Amino acid sequence: MIEISHVDKWYSPTFQVLTDCTTSVTKGEVVVVCGPSGSGKSTLIKCVNALEPFQKGDISVDGTKVNDPKTNLPKLRSRVGMVFQHFELFPHLKIIDNLCLAQQKVLGRSSDKAVAKGMALLDRVGLKEQAQKFPAQLSGGQQQRVAIARALAMDPIVMLFDEPTSALDPEMVSEVLDVMVDLAHEGMTMMVVTHEMGFARKVANRVIFMDRGEIVEDAPKEDFFGKPRSDRAQKFLSKILSH
Amino acid sequence: MFSNFDFGVIIRALPYLFYEGLSFTFMLTALAALGGLVFGTAIALMRLSGYKTLGRIAGFYVDFMRSLPLVLVIFWFYFLVPYIGQWVTGASRPISVGAFASSLITFIMFEAAYFSEIMRAGIQSISRGQPAAANALGLTYAQTMRYVVLPQAFRNMLPVLITQTIVLFQDTSLVYVLSITDFLGAASKVAQRDGRLVEMYLFAAVVYFTISCIASFGVRRLQARIAIIR
Repeated sequence: MIEISHVDKWYSPTFQVLTDCTTSVTKGEVVVVCGPSGSGKSTLIKCVNALEPFQKGDISVDGTKVNDPKTNLPKLRSRVGMVFQHFELFPHLKIIDNLCLAQQKVLGRSSDKAVAKGMALLDRVGLKEQAQKFPAQLSGGQQQRVAIARALAMDPIVMLFDEPTSALDPEMVSEVLDVMVDLAHEGMTMMVVTHEMGFARKVANRVIFMDRGEIVEDAPKEDFFGKPRSDRAQKFLSKILSH
Repeated sequence: MFSNFDFGVIIRALPYLFYEGLSFTFMLTALAALGGLVFGTAIALMRLSGYKTLGRIAGFYVDFMRSLPLVLVIFWFYFLVPYIGQWVTGASRPISVGAFASSLITFIMFEAAYFSEIMRAGIQSISRGQPAAANALGLTYAQTMRYVVLPQAFRNMLPVLITQTIVLFQDTSLVYVLSITDFLGAASKVAQRDGRLVEMYLFAAVVYFTISCIASFGVRRLQARIAIIR
């Protein structure tokens, strides 16, 4: 589904953010990307739908090359759902309109169809009653669930999550993770940047550990949590799992 | 000076002042603000487009317009446009544009420079995550601007845009140099005809002052409301 091969990205010759990153995500797989902050994990996931450009290497999604200038990026992105750390709901639109905008403008769905789809998804994330409110009237956890519903409204073939719970109050983390766990159980292909190791343990098939722009470890969940090969991953794990 | 102040002069001139003068001033202000906003937004988008040449052209235009006195531009444009029109259309004589069209075009061009800077600040005030989210959903650049960025930029900048429009409302009085009957022009005509300069110019000042004050008060209330929504 996602093929990342030998991706390099730098802002200047002395400032390398990604170095020779190679990995892949197959259909139905849930891959968790973790690592210390500044390790390039968010940058890598943003390269997948070309929100961040990169200088070397190739990424393709469902056979379409992302870094090909001839690729119709809006069309490709409409099939790749993305959830951001800071939700990024459109504050001037009601919740239901947040869900309908791209359905209508990008997929050309009728207003009725878009609203029906939007309401069904809001129901699914438990926020049907909030449809007529504005994003600022919702809690962080609710906003993030709306953001997931907004991405799902486009019927994506893969979902990217960029630290979806990092900006949330601790008590709201689980409501968002619950939605993501359900999604994983339904067989959605997911690439998730997160520090939530509980989530990784529960649903991930593979864990990728990044440090200083490199993929240090790329292993099945059991191997990663059982016996990480690299020192850096061991140190990282011992630090975040010690409390 | 006030011993023979004649309110009767003002009252008799009211219909003329308001129907002819003030309505024209309002119309010119509204059309110039609308046109200035549209072109100003276009200039702002050019400056932020990331294309260097386009950005430089827009930047030069803004600097150029803001470095000239408005009165000069109005005057200059009025005498120049007929010849530019002649040159463009290849006509044998300078085309006639008319004082109103000429002044409207001037004000739109001039205000576009100021409105563009306001809209540029407004667009830059939107966090980068917003266009990123719109792009991630598959919206094109134009759709992202039209449905996500510009509505928010406009709403954030509305108080400043209205404040600029109040300035424009006062600046429209400069069309007197083209002998157009705006509100001040109408007051001036009556003043000359009746020899009542004190009454008419004082009354004109009171009207400009009142309207601008009410509008400014409205802006302050609007600012408070927008602050709550955010």
